[in-house]
Amino acid sequence: MNAINFFFGVYPYIALSVFVIGSWIRYDNEQYTWKTDSSQLLSKSNMWIASNLFHVGILSIFAGHFAGLVLPHALWIGLGVSDLQHQWIAIVAGSVFGTMCLIGGAILWLRRMFNPRVRAAGRRMDAFILSWLMLTLVAGLSTLPVSIGHANHGDPGVMLALSGWVQSVLTFQPKPELLAAVEPVFRFHMVLGMTVFLLFPFTRLVHILTAPLTYVGRAYQIVRSKRRVKATASA
Amino acid sequence: MSHFLDRLKFFDKVKDTFAGGHGIVTNEDRGWEDAYRNRWRHDKVVRSTHGVNCTGGCSWKIFVKNGLVSFEMQQTDYPRTREDLPNHEPRGCQRGASFSWYLYSPHRIKHPMIRGRLLELYRAERKSGKDPVEAWAAIQADSKKRDKYVKVRGLGGFVRTDWQEVNEIIAAANIYTIKKWGPDRIYGFSPIPAMSMISYAAGARYLSLIGAACGSFYDWYCDLPAASPQTWGEQTDVPEAADWYNSTYLIITGANLPMTRTPDAHFATEVRYKGAKIVSMAPDYAEYVKFADLWMPVKQGTDAAAFLAMGHVALKEYFIERQEPYFVEYAQKYTDLPMQVILRSHDGAFVPDRNLRASDFDDLLGETNNPDWKTIVFDARTNSYVAPNGSVGFRWGEEGKWNLLPKNAANQEEIEAELSCIDKRDDVASVGFPHFQPGEPGLLYRNVPVRKLTLASGETVFVTSVFDLQIAQYGIDRGLGGKNVAKSYDDASVAYTPAWASKVTGVKAADIERTGREFAQNAAKTRGKSMIIMGAAINHWYHNDMQYRSIMNLLHMCGCVGQSGGGWAHYVGQEKLRPQAGWAPIAFATDWQRPPRHQNSTSYWYFHTDQWRYETIDADELLQPAAKGKYKGYKLADYNVAATRMGWLPSAPHFNRNPLELVAEAEKAGATDEAGIAKYIVDELKSGKLDVAFADPDAEENWPRNLFVWRANLIGTSAKGHEYFLKHLLGAQNGVLQEGGDGKGTKEVKWHEEAPVGKLDLMVDINFRLNSTGAYSDIILPTATWYEKNDLNTTDMHPFIHPLSEAVTPGWESKSDWQIFKTIAKTFSELSEKHLGVAKDVVALPMQHDSPFELAQPLGQVRDWKKGECEPVPGKTMPLLKVVERNFADTYKKYIALGPLMTKLGNNVKGLDWNTEQEYDELKKCNYTVQIPGVSFGMPSLEEDISVCDAVMRMAPETNGEVAHKSWSALSKKTGIDHHHLYAGRHEDKITFRDIQAQPRKIITAPTWSGIESETVSYTAGYTNIHEHIPFRTLTGRAHFYQDHEWFLDFGEGFCAYRPPIDMKAQNLIPDSVRRKPHLTLSWITPHSKWGIHSSYQDNLRMLSLFRGGPYVWVSEDDAKEIGLKDNDWIEAINANGATMARAVVSQRVPRGMALMYHAQEKTVNVPGSPSTGKRGGILNSVTRVIVKPTNMVGGYAQLAYSFNYYGTVGCQRDEMVVLHKIADQDIDWLERPLTAEREQQRNPVGIGAK
Repeated sequence: MNAINFFFGVYPYIALSVFVIGSWIRYDNEQYTWKTDSSQLLSKSNMWIASNLFHVGILSIFAGHFAGLVLPHALWIGLGVSDLQHQWIAIVAGSVFGTMCLIGGAILWLRRMFNPRVRAAGRRMDAFILSWLMLTLVAGLSTLPVSIGHANHGDPGVMLALSGWVQSVLTFQPKPELLAAVEPVFRFHMVLGMTVFLLFPFTRLVHILTAPLTYVGRAYQIVRSKRRVKATASA
Repeated sequence: MSHFLDRLKFFDKVKDTFAGGHGIVTNEDRGWEDAYRNRWRHDKVVRSTHGVNCTGGCSWKIFVKNGLVSFEMQQTDYPRTREDLPNHEPRGCQRGASFSWYLYSPHRIKHPMIRGRLLELYRAERKSGKDPVEAWAAIQADSKKRDKYVKVRGLGGFVRTDWQEVNEIIAAANIYTIKKWGPDRIYGFSPIPAMSMISYAAGARYLSLIGAACGSFYDWYCDLPAASPQTWGEQTDVPEAADWYNSTYLIITGANLPMTRTPDAHFATEVRYKGAKIVSMAPDYAEYVKFADLWMPVKQGTDAAAFLAMGHVALKEYFIERQEPYFVEYAQKYTDLPMQVILRSHDGAFVPDRNLRASDFDDLLGETNNPDWKTIVFDARTNSYVAPNGSVGFRWGEEGKWNLLPKNAANQEEIEAELSCIDKRDDVASVGFPHFQPGEPGLLYRNVPVRKLTLASGETVFVTSVFDLQIAQYGIDRGLGGKNVAKSYDDASVAYTPAWASKVTGVKAADIERTGREFAQNAAKTRGKSMIIMGAAINHWYHNDMQYRSIMNLLHMCGCVGQSGGGWAHYVGQEKLRPQAGWAPIAFATDWQRPPRHQNSTSYWYFHTDQWRYETIDADELLQPAAKGKYKGYKLADYNVAATRMGWLPSAPHFNRNPLELVAEAEKAGATDEAGIAKYIVDELKSGKLDVAFADPDAEENWPRNLFVWRANLIGTSAKGHEYFLKHLLGAQNGVLQEGGDGKGTKEVKWHEEAPVGKLDLMVDINFRLNSTGAYSDIILPTATWYEKNDLNTTDMHPFIHPLSEAVTPGWESKSDWQIFKTIAKTFSELSEKHLGVAKDVVALPMQHDSPFELAQPLGQVRDWKKGECEPVPGKTMPLLKVVERNFADTYKKYIALGPLMTKLGNNVKGLDWNTEQEYDELKKCNYTVQIPGVSFGMPSLEEDISVCDAVMRMAPETNGEVAHKSWSALSKKTGIDHHHLYAGRHEDKITFRDIQAQPRKIITAPTWSGIESETVSYTAGYTNIHEHIPFRTLTGRAHFYQDHEWFLDFGEGFCAYRPPIDMKAQNLIPDSVRRKPHLTLSWITPHSKWGIHSSYQDNLRMLSLFRGGPYVWVSEDDAKEIGLKDNDWIEAINANGATMARAVVSQRVPRGMALMYHAQEKTVNVPGSPSTGKRGGILNSVTRVIVKPTNMVGGYAQLAYSFNYYGTVGCQRDEMVVLHKIADQDIDWLERPLTAEREQQRNPVGIGAK
């Protein structure tokens, strides 16, 4: 077993399993630990700009990765987005949102490390996961010059190889060999990124899974009946 | 089962909708709610309360979970009130709700602690082969060894020890002291038994058995309103809070109800909805001003002027311009206004002298028993002088005429006591009345109508009524001509018009006038439902008796005292120990021997902390111009010495010799009985070979040696002159900023050039937290908290008795106070076998109020045996000398059993005796009996705390209907009136501890108190005096406007006169470094706070979090601006007495010229060093000094006679002024440096005195 086979053929499944099972176990048994752990109460200066930059940045990056790597290639072609257009969108969006996330994240990181109240109240895992995310982000941003180089040469090959590999993993037919031609900087970023999934259930990141999206549209009053209520036609 | 799987039902969760889609019904897992249920789940709920001095007496639910106290909540199950009254519950404030924090806090005393150096010394001596007493003696004999632990008091160094060892040391110290110096050199200070009766009794019992002295507290705290004993012969009796709801006009002064009567304040806000008017008098915009209809912003310390002016209006409009029938009837029957007074000639005119007596008449008016003690009225029906029923002469030596029925005692015919002789006068005399306003004459002469009378002595004198004199003294014009009477209320030159009072108090004259009129008008319409709620803010002044008498005068003029909804309502601490009669024999061990040693703490500390050496007040300046002045030139300390030698006040120690030795000597010289021993002592005193201890307090034979403090924070709170305590009593680092010397020149007290320091050999604190008192003690014993012991609690504010209960066993090594003293007694007894054996002791007892000895010194004339004016006769002109035999080795066996004197001599309260045989037998069954062979075998057991509670309740009329019957019967004999209807409905009731654990119980009406429990009337003071015609326990049997004792007349206090706050002069002596800076000179006011458990406990984390987290002082916005002070800046308050460090709270509600330091903030949390003293910043009392008042020392004269906590010198401190200045943040020094030898030696501030 060589390194590429392990990191891109086996490791993704380890990471995903720990992610799913770990999160499930934690949700069932450790509900009191499942929260955002916001430290804004201790020190709110700069939080508005830092937290928003960071979160808008990273959510957009997630959406971008999902759109670009998980959604089928045929979908984009069908929508009239060529590979090269796709490549440039990825580069621009990645630069913008990546930078936003970097600035916000840097402020958050400095705060976590050097603000005395936040340091005293924070856990080591909080500092670690933020550092890891920043490292992953920096690695990701480091791929931009390479991508720009590819795009300038009109070559979407690496982008396609990357999304091909992702989809191969998700359909349980892993093809690590697709990454043989991909530059190491990409591979480095990917290993860091998969590790985020691995670490996920052991950190505050679990708050992502229960973002209260439905709150926006919920009813004004909720009666949580103690008796088992049968559904009625109007429900 | 799986939260995750439950979430999968997310899309199916809505089962129904309602309100047009506004709401949905779901089946969702509700397991998360258990978290909240579990938070409040408990294994048991136990009823307890807080043993604090706050008067709340609130019953609490203590929740126990897993063997630990988890939280507390108010009980809401008090017995019902009447249908027309609001309920008592809920009772319990935020401070009480935070108490459970203490049980498991880092602050908790968990093990016996002792100062490391002392333990080292002791163990070294023991190792060398000495037994505990010998070891202690060796340490005391060597001043170097003694200094080693004394000098570092307050500087830490505590180590753990075990109960065995610590009890040994304490017992050894006690035994050594008894042997060498005398048992009266041991002192116990614990206040307010009512808040935890058994815990108090524990220490008092041990100390009383070994002959030590118990110190009073009510007077020391300056909560005793000296005017109450003076006016009514009663320590304090006040309405319950519910009675406020029956009032229709309330004046509130010096009592901040929402802050200090939190659970009761609702009655005051509720009564407004009935239309009652509330007038609040306060210098600052205090909490109780918020719900007043009128705020009178009276200058601090001047309230008396306002009340005298109100009295001026009431007298004028309701007694002179017209006669209000209800007022006149009340005055005739229940006050001394109709009593006749002899005038003495002075300087070409006259001054009021003593009351006329039956003995002044040739035929004694038929009164052969105590004619000197029967006062006289003029009967309008028979136009003759008669002695009416009720004066104190009828109380002793005869029965049936001691009542307030308006009858001629000689023939029991109805009389009408004439108030004024103006229409039938013989003449008009010019009478001088003392006056104390600076800039105005010292004697104000007014014309008074008089009659002529020839006395049995042959002398012809002018005689008039107290009423005629009082009208003149208030400055009211009756058309008799002469000066110093007012033409109108606007005459500001005449005392005491509203305009005059306005000058003094700063309150608008119109407000004073209107309030006086309304108060009287309301009382006239409702037969007395005008009430005045008052408290410490006006009582803590030197002339507090004038403040109070001015109020009492007004109340009596308007017939308010004794009427539900009317009268005075003085609230300070939790004085009302309702089952007093059942408790006292246990507390003072009078079930085994009598009498115990009691001491008035104010005088005790005045001498033993050497504050007398710093006295700036000139007693001569307090005298009035017409004073006889026999004691001119005496200093305040001298007056106190004279008082102890004349049998007026107690002293501890008694004499400058060991009382055990005195008796031994007397017996050696041939004395065979108590009389012989007394004679021996009298001869020694006469010859000068023996003297009273206070005549030389600085001599080492007169020092206090061992001090026990429990349930108290003497050093951290009540020690007025805190720094003097530290310096002279404890020998510790202190902040006294002056040399002594102002006190020099005493005539009776010996002056030593150098004052002693470190008098106490041993100080023991018994506590559950390490407060300032513990910090300065040598030993701290861990006691159980209020949720960890069984005890009893009653209060003035409501009529219920309720328990403290042991919800969980005492934590770590702590024990309840009863068990602690029991084990000390055991060790003491064991060691006593060898070292003390049996010895006879002589107790010097002052003449007691409520005993026949209150008739010791007739006519109010002072005869001093030392000056050769009479023979020294114990019980007459000097203290009683009672011999008590003490078998010290039996102390433990006596401690644990209810002794035989309960059946041999019976029980007694306030002059009433009854037998206790039935209760004694019942207790043998209820408590089981002592099984240990010896002196107490077969007697009712007091080994367990609950047994003691039951013994108290079984023996008291308030909790045992049979005892109520016996005691009321005894009173009925004296008064000749049948009082049995007052308790008849509850004759069969006996309340036990288990009863009150289930629910608080209402007490039974008892003769101990002047209010009643009834279906129709709330408890109010004076009710039985007015409605059952039971006399007030005074000279005349009535409420007094006038005091005819020689010392009172000399000091100008025969009548109530306005006396401004005195100048203590301490603010004049401050360091130059402070004088040069911007500073303020402010009046130092020390009220009760909000964020403390009743202001006693501010070191609770929750309380600290709610306010500034450390000590604070409130100042006015404008004053602060003047010196550039901002809110929360550090300040130092300083004067000659010492310095205090705190943060400033700058507020618009504080008037200019005043600093408020809420009391009991401790010096243990966030207190930096003081730059001026170089020592830790002090407490509120670091800048005060206690002073004594001669009129408070009077004794042997009816209501002016001593009894524990009843009368005596009061520990006032509010006349003090301080200098306040800002300390910059960067100049704050926390003194966190190691203890160098240099620092240890420098006990005084640099530059002060040798030691």
